[in-house]
Amino acid sequence: MDKLEAKHNTNDVVLKMQNVRKSFNTGLPNEVEILHGIDLILKRGEFCAVVGPSGSGKSTLLNIVGLLDRPTEGSLSICGEETTRMDDHALTRVRGHNIGFVFQFHNLLSAFSALENVMMPLLGEAEFPNKEMTERAAMLLDSVGLTPWRDQPAYQLSGGQQQRVALARALAMNPALLLADEPTGNLDTKSADAVFELLRKVSREQGMTVLFVTHDPSLAARCDKTIKVVDGKVVDDKEVDDKVVS
Amino acid sequence: MSEKALEASELKTLPSWQPFEWIVALRFLGEGRTQTAFIISGVALGVAVIVFMSALMAGLQSNITKSVLSGQAHIQLQPAKETVRPLRSSNSTLAVGAVVEGAIIQTPLQRIDSIDQWQSIMVQISEIPDVLVVSPAAKGSALVVRGNTSQAISINGVKPDLYFQIIDMTDKMVSGTMDLTGSDILIGIELASDLGVSLGDKIRVTMATGADNTLTITGIFDFGNKTANSQTTYVALRTAQSLLGMVGSVSVLDVNVKDIYAAETIAQRIEASTGVQADSWIKNNAQLFTSLGAQQSSNTVIRLFVALSVALGIASVLVVSVVQKSREIGILRAMGITRGQILRTFLLQGGLLGLCGSIIGTARWAVGFVRFYYWFCDGRGWIIDLDANANR
Ligand SMILES: Nc1ncnc2c1ncn2[C@@H]1O[C@H](COP(=O)(O)OP(=O)(O)O)[C@@H](O)[C@H]1O
Ligand SMILES: [Mg+2]
Repeated sequence: MDKLEAKHNTNDVVLKMQNVRKSFNTGLPNEVEILHGIDLILKRGEFCAVVGPSGSGKSTLLNIVGLLDRPTEGSLSICGEETTRMDDHALTRVRGHNIGFVFQFHNLLSAFSALENVMMPLLGEAEFPNKEMTERAAMLLDSVGLTPWRDQPAYQLSGGQQQRVALARALAMNPALLLADEPTGNLDTKSADAVFELLRKVSREQGMTVLFVTHDPSLAARCDKTIKVVDGKVVDDKEVDDKVVS
Repeated sequence: MSEKALEASELKTLPSWQPFEWIVALRFLGEGRTQTAFIISGVALGVAVIVFMSALMAGLQSNITKSVLSGQAHIQLQPAKETVRPLRSSNSTLAVGAVVEGAIIQTPLQRIDSIDQWQSIMVQISEIPDVLVVSPAAKGSALVVRGNTSQAISINGVKPDLYFQIIDMTDKMVSGTMDLTGSDILIGIELASDLGVSLGDKIRVTMATGADNTLTITGIFDFGNKTANSQTTYVALRTAQSLLGMVGSVSVLDVNVKDIYAAETIAQRIEASTGVQADSWIKNNAQLFTSLGAQQSSNTVIRLFVALSVALGIASVLVVSVVQKSREIGILRAMGITRGQILRTFLLQGGLLGLCGSIIGTARWAVGFVRFYYWFCDGRGWIIDLDANANR
């Protein structure tokens, strides 16, 4: 754990976005700018909700933060590393080591069991399976309460269970930043609450920064900070919990 | 966390010798079971066709080679034939060297020529490392008379201990023995039935020169060829020499070599060093080889196209599966899997499809095809010589 703590301590600023713009179909007649200059700074351990109407650009924002997509303009650094000039291989490395994802749908590989899904990022990194990664995956699955379903094929799990497996997998590499794009969007209130609490707990225990997209105002209200995105701009930047913010 | 979850004995682990790409490729292939099965069958079928075509060609070649070589030596040394030359003018009214008009051009009657210094040439050839055996023979034609029937035959005077190393007669003998001494003669079954003779009977052989001899049939053979069975006869070398009026000399030296496909090169070497005309079986059957070559190239073209369509089949399945798996690719990319790893995963799937298809195709379908072929040809299965293929 010392090594992991060190990773989180090297820089208190986990995410720094400056004037990020994103256009689709650049150079074509149907060019359209979706994000119009976003500035965002997230520090270690911050739990930030992203709200806003659908189509406002929340997913686009998360994909850029998660290095799945590149900004058209502006700068983006993750854990102090400027990413805008990196090549694909370097981006993949930063993504693998620092960022965990949980999406709304289709988070799991249906050809693998719950345990194997959680192992996958570790396996991709180490190339060959080993006992330690199997044990770590089992431990993570246990922490989301899914030990009895460990060997179930992913597609046989319920929606809530799948999201919990996805969360366990997102935590496998112990990322500094966790991106959750409506992870509770298609869950019933009870399961949504359970997944949210789990996220909250992990964030608090491990000092993990979380960017959490939700449509549920009651969940947003329980976060440290909420940003509201409308038409590709941050219109409201409200700090709910004073003690986390400088 | 509970202790139970950490118990390694209870944990199902992935095989530790399989790399990431291998594990994912196998799972993806397993997931699209029907598709995988179809493409493997397709590849197997294509490979089976290729294997079958190759086997057919190889079998055909080896059978033809075998049947050609069962009746002739790899290399035959003969004195050069006399050739025809037009009469050239030496008259001053015509340009020197001009052909004299009206002169009759005719092939000279071929005398039975003998090879000069054949004993020393034989020793010389025997010393070439690739040469297995050299056998001298005196050959000529004769007439066999019995009662009021007479028939033209060709007399082959040979040294049985050498000659029957060149042409293996053991499985061709219908009755009698292959030892040739004194006035023994071996004849074919066709001739035997034409003349109405059998083992131990005597026949009278007459030459154009008037020389004749009465010989005893000590063996009857079957070459599986009507002309050969009615015309070819074997006598001892001395007997033939005296009949043909060429005592002490031979008309042919038969040579067998280790590598039958090197026969032409060796023949050229022999010709260069001895000055005697040496013809290899390859040269003698040039036409056969040309048609075999044509067969071979059309066969190769077919195989090439089948291989191409198999490759295209695999490629198209890969392209389709990349599209089908775009969601999975997205998930893998999001968890930090590199482009290279994903590319390798899909290439590995292609490789595995090709490999499995080839193995199944070679094993299962090739056997099936051969069986079908034997059944279809109903006893004409000689075209495929499985032994010959196995030995290749
Ligand atoms: N690849 C793309 N090409 C063109 N337009 C896109 C693309 N991705 C998203 N968009 C557009 O960007 C806008 C924002 O989408 P998105 O970020 O998914 O919104 P949200 O997640 O807030 O609902 C939408 O109008 C969508 O149509
Ligand atoms: Mg969205």
